[in-house]
Amino acid sequence: MAPVEPRVQAATTPGGVILEARNLVKHYGHVTALDGVDFELRSGEILAVVGDNGAGKSSLIKALTGAIVPDSGDILLDGQPIHFKGPLDARKLGIETVYQDLAVAAALDIASNLFLGRERRRPGFLGDVLRMLDKKGMRAEAERSMAELKFHLPSIGSAVESLSGGQRQGVAVARAALFAKKLAIMDEPTAALGVRETGQVLDLIRAIRQRGLPVVLISHNMPNVFEIADRIHIMRLGRRAAVVSPKTHTMADVVAIMTGAAKFEEAASPQAG
Amino acid sequence: MNSASALSFGRTSRIAAKFVGTPSVGPLLVLLAFGVIFSLTNPRFLATQNLSIILQQTVIIGTLAIGQTLIILTAGIDLAVGAICVLGTILAGKLANSGYDPVAAMVLAVLACSAAGVAAGSLISGLRLPPFIVTLGILGIITAALRLISAGGAFSVTDEFLGWTGNTVRLNGFIVTYGVIIMLLLYGMVWFLLNQTQWGRHVYAVGNNPEAARLVGIPVGRLLLSVYVLAAFIYGIAAWLALGRIPNADPNALQTANLDSITAVVIGGTSLFGGRGGLIGTLIGALIVGVLRNGLTLAGIDPLWQDLITGILVIVAVALDQLTRGRR
Ligand SMILES: Nc1ncnc2c1ncn2[C@@H]1O[C@H](COP(=O)(O)OP(=O)(O)OP(=O)(O)O)[C@@H](O)[C@H]1O
Ligand SMILES: [Mg+2]
Repeated sequence: MAPVEPRVQAATTPGGVILEARNLVKHYGHVTALDGVDFELRSGEILAVVGDNGAGKSSLIKALTGAIVPDSGDILLDGQPIHFKGPLDARKLGIETVYQDLAVAAALDIASNLFLGRERRRPGFLGDVLRMLDKKGMRAEAERSMAELKFHLPSIGSAVESLSGGQRQGVAVARAALFAKKLAIMDEPTAALGVRETGQVLDLIRAIRQRGLPVVLISHNMPNVFEIADRIHIMRLGRRAAVVSPKTHTMADVVAIMTGAAKFEEAASPQAG
Repeated sequence: MNSASALSFGRTSRIAAKFVGTPSVGPLLVLLAFGVIFSLTNPRFLATQNLSIILQQTVIIGTLAIGQTLIILTAGIDLAVGAICVLGTILAGKLANSGYDPVAAMVLAVLACSAAGVAAGSLISGLRLPPFIVTLGILGIITAALRLISAGGAFSVTDEFLGWTGNTVRLNGFIVTYGVIIMLLLYGMVWFLLNQTQWGRHVYAVGNNPEAARLVGIPVGRLLLSVYVLAAFIYGIAAWLALGRIPNADPNALQTANLDSITAVVIGGTSLFGGRGGLIGTLIGALIVGVLRNGLTLAGIDPLWQDLITGILVIVAVALDQLTRGRR
């Protein structure tokens, strides 16, 4: 599990921008989900995204992972403009996502869900020509990564629909952790979890950062956000209202900005208009 | 028959639990029950000769049900299954009768069937039209077109190669046709695809939760297209098997193919909601339909009553599916 020593990671100097979005707009009919939002994720950081229900958090991350195509705006990965045609493009670049509705196939078992869309094939003729699945290998790897999460699970062969809501969330989080090579995005990964399981997911997020990967965490749980985040991106009405540091702002400040009770005066980041 | 009932067995009889939890056991019991009933009412039913006839009678529906299973697993349905197969028999027959090489005629017919699958699959995956409507439309188009080109009438197809699948071989005293062997080979191959390959895994995922499949990066549209094309290709092979059974191409044949193939799939335990079930169940389901029709024929019961009973059977099977799995 994650060594919970506080951040002595030297290799990645936080600062370089990994993923950036400028002025993203997304309409659903006449609902404006994203109203010119900016976004910036720096290397090695945990960036929390907070905001009221309907503020556009999920729409923002879906645009960042190719799950929806924004009506306008730019997305840059490592400073290069990219156009995701679908979620596969983002996954290929090592961007893994835990979607709010989890994106699991409930009738399939845990191992199949962990490797969904990423199935491993047998080596040699069986895999190359007959395209046979390496079921054993995937099971073993699934066992290993679920054990790392320390979630109590029935056998790895049980269908995901037989799991509790929290256990399903564990499967989705483990999948992201297993495949993330560039960054991980988690949309309310602890929403259905108890205190112990929430702690485990937070540990896992730290472990991903320990690997040098930045993490975007969407959460409504302010104590969790203040415990783990390096910076907090505050969404309001489809825009970025502010980016603050948990060191300089209190939970009350963040909630005030979120609800529009307070304005954030200084420029949130160099690009923010 | 679902996993919930398996849990109540506890640890003491894991094997029994696993047995009951296996989805094809229910259909197997139904098959055995019909077998017992028919053999009690008619001693001729269990004669090896009759069993071999049942297998031969199951060949067409059994083969069509392979494609139907693939489509139902993606939460679709194919109402053009019989029409596409008849398209194959008419085309192969017409081409061969007008002097074409019979092998080329059959290959062209199978390709034409596959093209119908391309049409259905493109409309369903590209325009996102409901499979029910698309295949119903294709059923109408093909049926009308076939009646036009064959001027309404059936004609006989006596070519050696086209009838080859009806030839018999003796396996351990049991007489089977090449058609039966080809059907069983198709079951084996498609079972392998469904259960051992990435493609098969994706078929289940798309049927179970298409949005999740899309989000993890499965090319849902391309997968659906491949399913409809493969299914239609199999209907084309079924056309060859049909010419082996009856050396006759009839635009009005296979009227009950929709009912029978869907019944076979659903009785076999594949869910109309998609994503659950499999081919072993379908083979058993097809045998149930075959045994039912054969047993009722032996008992001298009118085919219309057979349709009626099959209709009841499919509704009962769907109701069971709804009760055990449909609720969310
Ligand atoms: N598929 C959709 N179709 C129509 N409207 C949508 C769709 N997805 C989101 N919206 C709308 O866009 C707006 C932003 O939704 P979004 O899901 O991004 O909010 P959120 O910040 O993630 O909220 P929550 O905290 O409840 O998850 C909402 O008004 C929502 O109704
Ligand atoms: Mg959301």
